[in-house]
Amino acid sequence: MSAPHSDRDLRGAVAIVGVGLAGCGEAPGWSETEIMAAAARHALADAGLNAQDVDGLVVASVNIFLSGLAIGEQLGIHPKFTDSTCVGGSSFVGHLMPAAMALQYGLCDVVLVTYGSNQRTGVGRAEGAKFKAILDPQPFEHPYKPFNPPTSYALASARHMHQYGTTREQLAEVAVAARGWAQLNPEAFSRDPLSVQDVLKSKMISDPLTVRDCCLVTDGGGAFVMVRADRARNFPKKPAYLLGVGAAHWHRQISSMPDLTVTAATESGARAYAMAGLSAKDVDVLALYDAFTINTILFLEDLGFCKKGEGGAFVSGGRIAPGGSLPVNTNGGGLSCVHPGMYGMFLIVEAVRQLRGETGARQVKNAEVALVHGNGGVLSSQITALLGTEATR
Amino acid sequence: MAQSGPEKTYKEKLATGSFELQQCTGCKKHVFYPRVVCPHCGCDQLDWVKAKGVGTVYSTTIVRRKPDAGGDYNVALIDLAEGPRMMSRVVDLSPDDVKIGMAVKSRIAGSGEESLIEFIPA
Ligand SMILES: [Zn+2]
Repeated sequence: MSAPHSDRDLRGAVAIVGVGLAGCGEAPGWSETEIMAAAARHALADAGLNAQDVDGLVVASVNIFLSGLAIGEQLGIHPKFTDSTCVGGSSFVGHLMPAAMALQYGLCDVVLVTYGSNQRTGVGRAEGAKFKAILDPQPFEHPYKPFNPPTSYALASARHMHQYGTTREQLAEVAVAARGWAQLNPEAFSRDPLSVQDVLKSKMISDPLTVRDCCLVTDGGGAFVMVRADRARNFPKKPAYLLGVGAAHWHRQISSMPDLTVTAATESGARAYAMAGLSAKDVDVLALYDAFTINTILFLEDLGFCKKGEGGAFVSGGRIAPGGSLPVNTNGGGLSCVHPGMYGMFLIVEAVRQLRGETGARQVKNAEVALVHGNGGVLSSQITALLGTEATR
Repeated sequence: MAQSGPEKTYKEKLATGSFELQQCTGCKKHVFYPRVVCPHCGCDQLDWVKAKGVGTVYSTTIVRRKPDAGGDYNVALIDLAEGPRMMSRVVDLSPDDVKIGMAVKSRIAGSGEESLIEFIPA
């Protein structure tokens, strides 16, 4: 017996009609819930809506227990549909799936997805890490004192270098490309010039990753608003339609990852492409979760933009930088734009802005299809989505 | 129910000087870290077996730390001869000299509840 519906039913069924950011960079004196609320307000205003129009509320937080209840209370939203699933940084890309299902089934009409974090200026991260070690112990890793997340990604980088000859210079190319895009984005946090040599000479954190191979630590929030496609054109901004989405995870801890050079993006990407009826060659602009430089290389391989093991060579020579042939992380990414802990939200905001054609100096010409790829944990949760303009629906 | 869950049972065995893995009675595969259900086949009958205590370095990194905080140290992933992979550290040599593919053997560091498996070159 086959299922009564398939993921294909959801292709083009819902659209993002509002996006917003708040407190990106530093937001001293702001609580996480307040940053979430400010981002939500901006996204709703972008859609010409009010908090009282929202009947589907979706949120994820690393720190706030019952985050969905907290933001509902803060904004005065009484949702009919609510979801607070946290799969780390991939969360907000992951939320596209249940939000689309809830809208398509008529469980609600307007979904707000929001996120905020004050990890740079709020309660110290070192303090937070101590509490997490108590509340969520990993007894088969913690005793060896991995400096996570960098150590886990360093182990993946070292293995990729060993197996495929990937070099530190090639990893550095990813950071340099991200910085090049950040320099075109007035909202990006780090915009000073950055060279491959600068990355290599930076402070080593966990070999082979220097501090410039690692994402920023900033504050910031973001939000987006989703509705069914039949009314998406009634909103002020051009809709970005959800064409495909797929999720996969195979492990939580790096010691349980089957092959450190192959991520579950191979599976999430295949599902998203199949649902959208698209492939890598159809993608005009990419937003890949670049928590560390190795991420971009792994995801370009696993999502079909180059062969396994060739990611290092692929990113060399500025291919993914401004002026290169494949625009990746046009906002500057987690490496140079913003990274408040769970960056997935910002992937979506940038992709929607690119599809609308409102990104100024960094705008990709004729951007019709955007690929968004979220990563959570330590290369653990992988969630891929394809968004498109009216023409791709 | 057994007296303790698999994690505590493992630690209790280690505290008495015995490094043991689980082996699934269903699919015969070895399992580490210790679990309630075999992740390969779903069977919940897992036997405790002595680990051979040998393996190879699958990946390695040096965590950088200020000298006055104790200095740099190694963190590695070790593929055990029985199949499973574990996080550990390779000691008795400079962290720089730990290489992927290196043959290593286990020993127990610490004692009692603080017992921990670490590796040295084989
Ligand atoms: Zn089994």
